[in-house]
Amino acid sequence: MISTNVAIDLADIVAFALFIYGLHELNSPATARRGNRFAMAGMAIAIAGILIRTGAAGWPAVAAGVGLGALVGIYAALKVKMTAMPQMVALYNGAGGGAAALISTVQFLIAARTGGLDNVVAVSLVLSAIIGAVSFAGSIIAFLKLQELMTGRPVTYAGQQVVNGIVLLAILLLGAWVIATLGALPAWGYLAMLGCALLLGVLFVLPIGGADMPVVISLLNSFTGVAVAITGFEIDSTLLIICGALVGASGTILTVAMSRAMNRPLTNVLFGAFGSAGGTEVATASGAPQQIRSTSADDVGVMLAYASKVIFVPGYGMAVAQAQHSVKALADQLEKRGVKVLYAIHPVAGRMPGHMNVLLAEANVPYNQLLDMEDANPEFPTADVALVIGANDVTNPAARNVASSPIYGMPILDVDKAGNVVVLKRSMRSGFAGIENPLYEMPNCSMLFGDAKASVDALTAAVKAL
Amino acid sequence: MTELAHLVPLLTVLVLAVFVGFEVISKVPTTLHTPLMSATNAIHGIVLIGAIVIVARLFGVDHGPALVGLSVAAVTLGAINVFGGFAVTERMLQMFRRKDDRK
Repeated sequence: MISTNVAIDLADIVAFALFIYGLHELNSPATARRGNRFAMAGMAIAIAGILIRTGAAGWPAVAAGVGLGALVGIYAALKVKMTAMPQMVALYNGAGGGAAALISTVQFLIAARTGGLDNVVAVSLVLSAIIGAVSFAGSIIAFLKLQELMTGRPVTYAGQQVVNGIVLLAILLLGAWVIATLGALPAWGYLAMLGCALLLGVLFVLPIGGADMPVVISLLNSFTGVAVAITGFEIDSTLLIICGALVGASGTILTVAMSRAMNRPLTNVLFGAFGSAGGTEVATASGAPQQIRSTSADDVGVMLAYASKVIFVPGYGMAVAQAQHSVKALADQLEKRGVKVLYAIHPVAGRMPGHMNVLLAEANVPYNQLLDMEDANPEFPTADVALVIGANDVTNPAARNVASSPIYGMPILDVDKAGNVVVLKRSMRSGFAGIENPLYEMPNCSMLFGDAKASVDALTAAVKAL
Repeated sequence: MTELAHLVPLLTVLVLAVFVGFEVISKVPTTLHTPLMSATNAIHGIVLIGAIVIVARLFGVDHGPALVGLSVAAVTLGAINVFGGFAVTERMLQMFRRKDDRK
């Protein structure tokens, strides 16, 4: 006869197996939905198990929180626009980090009344409170930047690193105090530590600019995973440790992939405040206006309609203009005429990993037409037209051959190798990095100015009219 | 010392889970990276378990309304992760189609 507690332990094993298998099924779009359902089942088992284990003590509080959270979460999930996905993921990262910090705080305040923490709990409580609070506050700032409720430009000031260093030092000293006294210290000591951690979260995301958001979101994702894993030590739950570790690994993999796609070490993204440091701009802005060719929708329409292979290169501009459905309509027109259409997607196009893919999936573009950088680059030399829709820095050939360029060495999409390049752009304003793009002066390149959506719609009309 | 002895199996689990995580996640294709992030949002919603444990502990001791408020907030945030994360992942994944499975 097994006891209830052992039965729940066994159920927990089923739960984490379902999580791992569910994540495994994300290895292909064909099985990914099934994977998500496996993970849901795992979560249902885990929640049922813990409610039985705790005897649903304090159930009105649990029911209120779960009810409210489910309502908010599902409503937001159903309403959010695909273009706003980065903001939503930022908020979810923050929610997880915030929950971990709150759990530690309640735990600390309970211990203050009932006397003492043991050393393992004290250490894990301090760490999960700090990392959770940094993730929470950092995610809120990331959200505000992405939602354009505050400037997306890097916010910098003199002595920034020194201030951050002092705040970090304060956190470490206060944390050491909590651990050394095993929680038997005035509550303000703990709360000051928490406050400093929140402050650090704000300060560390402030100097990071909009185009670096894919890195930041991935990093905050991994922080939240780590905070949750440490919470597992605090409340003695292997389930939290395993799930936190999985998420931490995922966030880390994405962070590394994103930094690599920008050819910048992580420290440079976090502390470099790209595009604001005087040196990089001086090195590139030549001052002289670029010699470019402006073209019309009708001309491009003809070029596209009589091409045999066209590659679309979407960037953040497509997301801003909500142009994904228009892009798909243009692709349909071209395919009707027998033109082969492909999409080339740079890893850091957009504001989070995979952002463009989700937008195009929303517009019903089949995922087997979406090529990542490695698969796309060999296709450009045989393409008649590369149509760049709101992307800039990721197409800049200076990254290949201008050693003085701040983006030198960054892997790019080789659009310049296509027969013709047409760049859809709002204006000649340079991209996020504030660098001129020599692509625009190349003889095979022409520019079509205007809002991305309006331009693509005009192209569709032009192709249709032929 | 007993606490430290207890720590060893937990650390073992942690290290193994980190390696499993790296193995499994590194096979996720770039096209699914956004759904991967929202799915991991749902999975770190497991913090909800921790919040439920903390509520139970709280109701075993003398507590004031402030502590109840904080723990309900923790439960709410965890539940937002779980429900919102899975729902938005499901919504995104149903948009991913191959050319041939469109009717």
